Amino acid sequence: MTLDAHAPDGPLEDKWDSHKFNMKLVAPQNRRRFSIIVVGTGLAGGAAAATLGEMGYNVKAFCFQDSPRRAHSIAAQGGINAAKNYKNDGDSVYRLFYDTIKGGDYRSREANVYRLAQISTNIIDQCVAQGVPFAREYGGLLDNRSFGGAQVSRTFYARGQTGQQLELGAYQALARQIELGSVTMYPRTEMLELVVENGRAVGIVVRDLVTGAISSHAAHAVVLATGGYTNVFYLSTGAKGCNATAIWRAHRKGAYFANPCYTQIHPTCIPVAGDHQSKLTLMSESLRNDGRVWSNAKANDNRTAAQVPESERDYFLERRYPAFANLVPRDVASRAAKKQVDEGFGVGPLHNGVYLDFTDALTRLGRRTIEERYGNLFDMYAKITGEDPYATPMRIYPAPHYTMGGLWVDYNLMSNIPGLFVAGEANFSDHGANRLGASALMQGLSDGYFVLPATISGELGNRLGEPLPSTASPAFKEAEASVRDRVSDFLNIKGSNSVDYYHRKLGRTLWEYCGMSRTADGLNHARSEISKLREEFWQDLKVLGDGESLNQSLEKAGRVADFFELGELLCQDALAREESCGGHFREEHQTPDGEALRDDEHFSHVAAWQYQGAGKDAVLHKEQLEFEYAHPSQRSYK
Amino acid sequence: MSLSLTLKVWRQKGPDDRGGFETYAANGISEDMSFLEMLDVVNEDLLAKDREPIAFDHDCREGICGACGVVINGRPHGPNGLTTTCQLHMRFFKDGDTITVEPWRAASFPVIRDLVVNRSPFDAIIQAGGYITAPTGGAQDANLTLIPKAIADVAMDAAECIGCGACVAACPNGAAQLFTSAKLAHLNSLPQGQPERWARSVAMVDTMEQYFGSCTNYGECEAVCPKGISINFIANMNRDYLKAKFKDRRRLITQADVMADEG
Repeated sequence: MTLDAHAPDGPLEDKWDSHKFNMKLVAPQNRRRFSIIVVGTGLAGGAAAATLGEMGYNVKAFCFQDSPRRAHSIAAQGGINAAKNYKNDGDSVYRLFYDTIKGGDYRSREANVYRLAQISTNIIDQCVAQGVPFAREYGGLLDNRSFGGAQVSRTFYARGQTGQQLELGAYQALARQIELGSVTMYPRTEMLELVVENGRAVGIVVRDLVTGAISSHAAHAVVLATGGYTNVFYLSTGAKGCNATAIWRAHRKGAYFANPCYTQIHPTCIPVAGDHQSKLTLMSESLRNDGRVWSNAKANDNRTAAQVPESERDYFLERRYPAFANLVPRDVASRAAKKQVDEGFGVGPLHNGVYLDFTDALTRLGRRTIEERYGNLFDMYAKITGEDPYATPMRIYPAPHYTMGGLWVDYNLMSNIPGLFVAGEANFSDHGANRLGASALMQGLSDGYFVLPATISGELGNRLGEPLPSTASPAFKEAEASVRDRVSDFLNIKGSNSVDYYHRKLGRTLWEYCGMSRTADGLNHARSEISKLREEFWQDLKVLGDGESLNQSLEKAGRVADFFELGELLCQDALAREESCGGHFREEHQTPDGEALRDDEHFSHVAAWQYQGAGKDAVLHKEQLEFEYAHPSQRSYK
Repeated sequence: MSLSLTLKVWRQKGPDDRGGFETYAANGISEDMSFLEMLDVVNEDLLAKDREPIAFDHDCREGICGACGVVINGRPHGPNGLTTTCQLHMRFFKDGDTITVEPWRAASFPVIRDLVVNRSPFDAIIQAGGYITAPTGGAQDANLTLIPKAIADVAMDAAECIGCGACVAACPNGAAQLFTSAKLAHLNSLPQGQPERWARSVAMVDTMEQYFGSCTNYGECEAVCPKGISINFIANMNRDYLKAKFKDRRRLITQADVMADEG
């Protein structure tokens, strides 16, 4: 199949407007004749479900959490970008577009990214209208800050809770539609199968997590807004429930999975404290504005920070990158920290981190200023580690944080399966090989509030008069049977190891060989390890209880089974991409200075993979990327 | 150093099961574990002994999603204050401690299984009016309405509620005044929230009273709130509710009347 992005012709700045004009519409009185399923109620899904409901469509929304307010969008601390130029510091739609393309290391689609930058301003307007309590200046205007190394102040924020407040805005809009009856909400319900009939997505099969009941739901269009797959690494900043099952089930039914190897590692997380570690906690990137990063200069040094004299400290970011120093981009900072730890210069009881030291900033600015800027983060750090970061330097280490890859979608956010739309972190669309700080919230809300409502209408406008597919059809019955079989398969293995046992092992292998830096040998090794482990999982897994009640081990088993297959694809994609770009670093492809070395001649494409069966090589389809406006250049942070 | 603990955990197969405490040994618990990681360890141990793991709600494990929450030694979210269960670490317990672990206890939050409860009445309160009607697409420029910092800060203070339900669990009456008043204070203090202020107050309070007990000013809710939501918001809510009732009785007796008028 040829991958056509369906990006409209014409000048960049007119594409979205002209596309909206050219798309079909569905008149208000006809909308109630269409049913739309939205899976996931984070920023993308919640915003889409609410908006489609407002427009008059029949919407069914699903989430595995107990309430649609809890999706992991809530955890984003930093903020949301928008090209408002309220600070008069030279920002513009074009600059946000350009920064996003460049930050993505020239591996994203220009038309999509430009649209994202355009819509960014509408998002802020919409959210303020809903009552999102963004930070204000004394005069009553919205406050902005510079974030993640951006040279303009375009980030809007709500204390350290920007994601939570935006999510609540979407959730409240959704709640209003639920009350009005245009959206039917199914909480504690997990999608376990996509139903495809005659090549079209016609619905889903879900399991009620409380009663175990399996049911079918038909629709004219299905939206997956189910987040990223960062938990494939087991330890990540993702919530424990984050999973790839919805998109992986769709992938198995024919949806292409694009760029799985683009994973983002965040440099400032609290290091692992022991084998019991269940997740990793991010400390906001803003800390690097005032903290100095250092490690021991002597290998295997067991002294505390205070005992290490200045001359035996290695301020390795300042040493290696004098211009940007402690503010180098996420991937550069992450790899540098890994190098220190791998070579034995790590700090802390397990030698598995580096210091982020505020001593100089405390002396220069005083404790009060530091408290104002970072008080909540320092408190959080103290709560988790039991150490006082005012007295002793923080310990940090990189952790998996975001996944740029996801299901392939065209300009309309529709996958290669007609009728199946994918939004937010679940798709691959806007961030290329690396995502800029404060851009995930922007993309989720852009997709949900503005893009999908237009493009889904465009798609449904061609389908007036078509009845709702019947859930009695063979396609639905087969999908239900496969869900039922899988549930009983897990319960009947009756082996000896828990789901977490396998998930940890999978995560460790991926982190080791397909994490911050990758080699062909390592990736080949990881693939065979994962394949072996997957077979062991299916033979020796132990899930107690039954399928007719709340069974959290059973839920996890399904998700980890899918992570195994996804882990293999991740390695296959990383192996095929013989270059380094953004979050994907192949040790074979670096500059003499150890920087990522892109190969635009051979790899300026989206790698979209077609499923062939568990343990089998997926088939590669390419979407060539053209850069008419933002011309690729090599990054340098020296 | 590692801790050896005795856990008394509430086990209940489903809403109709009577349920009861079971006692487990939790050995080799590291001080660096969170309370939920300690439960993970106990669960792995139970599974190895062919006993079903303890069900508990949790998700982000960084204190913001509001999914987790159990009653620890009689106190929702445990002894520390301003802390969710997932952020409570085992260094706050002593070797040899016996720890009692129960689900939220409230008639309006029925137990689904073990430590997992049904908090959907909170969603019902938000659905009744916990929003500003602003359909996508019609918004003016975000900076057109100036909002003084002091007001924005109050709205933000109230908006910090994560909807975990600890306030209800701590209240002897099982009242949800802190939760409801926090959302009302968030929306009612903002200029954008004024057009629906009175209808919102009536609709949310009336819905709250369908599900939850009455507030008698114990203040337990504020004491256990992991986000430090102030009990003062309850006074604001009561004032707005009364005002709404008096303000325009002809139009604002119930939300349904308002909707019909706008119809």
